[in-house]
Amino acid sequence: MSNNLLWVGYVTIVRKEITRILRIWGQTIVPPAITMTLYFIIFGELIGRRIGEMGGFTYMQYIVPGLIIMSVITNSYGNMVSSFFGAKFGKHIEELLISPLPNWVILAGYVTGAVARGLMVGTVVMAVSLFFTPIEVQHPLIMFTVLLLTAVVFALAGMVNAIFAQKFDDIAIIPTFVLAPLTYLGGVFYSISLLPEFWQKVSVANPILYMVNGFRYGMLGVSDVSLAMTYGVILVAGGILFFACLYLLNRGTGLRS
Amino acid sequence: MYALEVNDLRKTYSNGVEALKGISLQVETGDFFALLGPNGAGKSTLIGIISSLVNASSGEVKVFDTSVQHQRSLAMSHIGLVPQELNFNQFEKPIEIVVNQAGYYGIPRPVAIERAEKYLRQLNLWDKAEKISRTLSGGMKRRLMIARAMMNEPRLLILDEPTAGVDIEIRRSMWEFIKEINAQGTTVILTTHYLEEAESLCRNIAIIDHGEIIKNTDMRSLLATLDVETFVLDLRESIEHCPSVEGMDIVVRDDRTLEASLPKQRSLNNLFAELERQGIHVLSMRNKANRLEELFMGLVDKAQPSRETAA
Repeated sequence: MSNNLLWVGYVTIVRKEITRILRIWGQTIVPPAITMTLYFIIFGELIGRRIGEMGGFTYMQYIVPGLIIMSVITNSYGNMVSSFFGAKFGKHIEELLISPLPNWVILAGYVTGAVARGLMVGTVVMAVSLFFTPIEVQHPLIMFTVLLLTAVVFALAGMVNAIFAQKFDDIAIIPTFVLAPLTYLGGVFYSISLLPEFWQKVSVANPILYMVNGFRYGMLGVSDVSLAMTYGVILVAGGILFFACLYLLNRGTGLRS
Repeated sequence: MYALEVNDLRKTYSNGVEALKGISLQVETGDFFALLGPNGAGKSTLIGIISSLVNASSGEVKVFDTSVQHQRSLAMSHIGLVPQELNFNQFEKPIEIVVNQAGYYGIPRPVAIERAEKYLRQLNLWDKAEKISRTLSGGMKRRLMIARAMMNEPRLLILDEPTAGVDIEIRRSMWEFIKEINAQGTTVILTTHYLEEAESLCRNIAIIDHGEIIKNTDMRSLLATLDVETFVLDLRESIEHCPSVEGMDIVVRDDRTLEASLPKQRSLNNLFAELERQGIHVLSMRNKANRLEELFMGLVDKAQPSRETAA
């Protein structure tokens, strides 16, 4: 198998995915920007002024990292699940399945596309946040790596969902009943130090808590959890999901009869 | 070296349906090969396994001596597939669809763009290259799938009912294109329900029914086994009784139409002379069905006497 096949195949999938994201920008980029603007206005401005400081920052500054990473999580996952399931539903995934491309290249291409959308939306939300509050990034490298790895983890999770999904309802269940509650309870709007001890212990079982706090540490320099735990949770989750995706693709689960 | 070699191929789906029951088949390099069978016979399962969309339960498939199961990537690089159902993103433009397909085979973009123009022009789609595919007609969508399958310039082109629902004019232009591709050396495997096309285009044939090959031979030998032909005769005047001609079976379809079945060695002149003698004047005559269709029906009916219809 030539490197040319692998590279050209990978670039083709990524180009196709990014073209799709930009073609339907009204569905992919604009809605999260509007939603997050509303969060900034309502929670940051109107309610946040009454809350006062949190972790040494204004409430608006405190929630900015959480809202950025929440939009990255939602959009990486959403892009993968809608694009891959859409290709499966419309049968055009067969274009890839009958090609000489190995499954890991197909996976890498789709993950890159999903991460690209997550980062595009994250950038837009960050730009919107600057209209509401000044942000001085404390650790840019940590901020970027946590954001990137988190996007990869949720792109892979979206792939698992898309592989098993058989109808459109199946791609809405996980985001609604699993992803949204875990994200909202993952410290986007509060520090877990505010919770009673029992709920603090429950919260540390939520992997999204580590991603939100790792990213917050990169931006603001404060976190409820250690940085090592953040990277550890992300890498372990990413590794498990990567091999799960590859195993499912190699078996042809949901794709090959 | 065979373009396609299938050995004892079996497929049982998870619901217990045994789609293929130990099929063996060879297709010569450069052949134009017909794979025929009634609906549900196992043709699409066989094509699915060859193109790696379906996992075989057992057996082996080789494409140009490369195992589909063990060297999938290399085997797939030889194949172009035109599936039965539309399977491209209907929100994309034809140019995007074909250029991306080339990319999946590692063909650099500048080369892919040149090939896209070449094949879209040959299939009369170049003026639609920038339209959204959803807006194309049924015949254009079928031709787009052929153009897409040609982007890797495959050594083996598999066409699974490519002309279904396409009007006769477009169908003929598609066959001209495919004949030209075959003449240039590409092996073609065709499944179709238009048996006259298989008869006129293909050199070799396999008929599959209930997951088994019931006939695998060259077209000429197969057609030579047909010893009786049936003709439909339109009469000038209506008749009251069925005429009788020795050595021929004649039935009345209506008072101005007869069906005459006669052995191939009997001359039609005998039939006309005898009818003339009985005062019956024939205005026109046509074959009741094409020859391959008669054979096909006979073979499939023999394999499954209870089947009411086939093809």
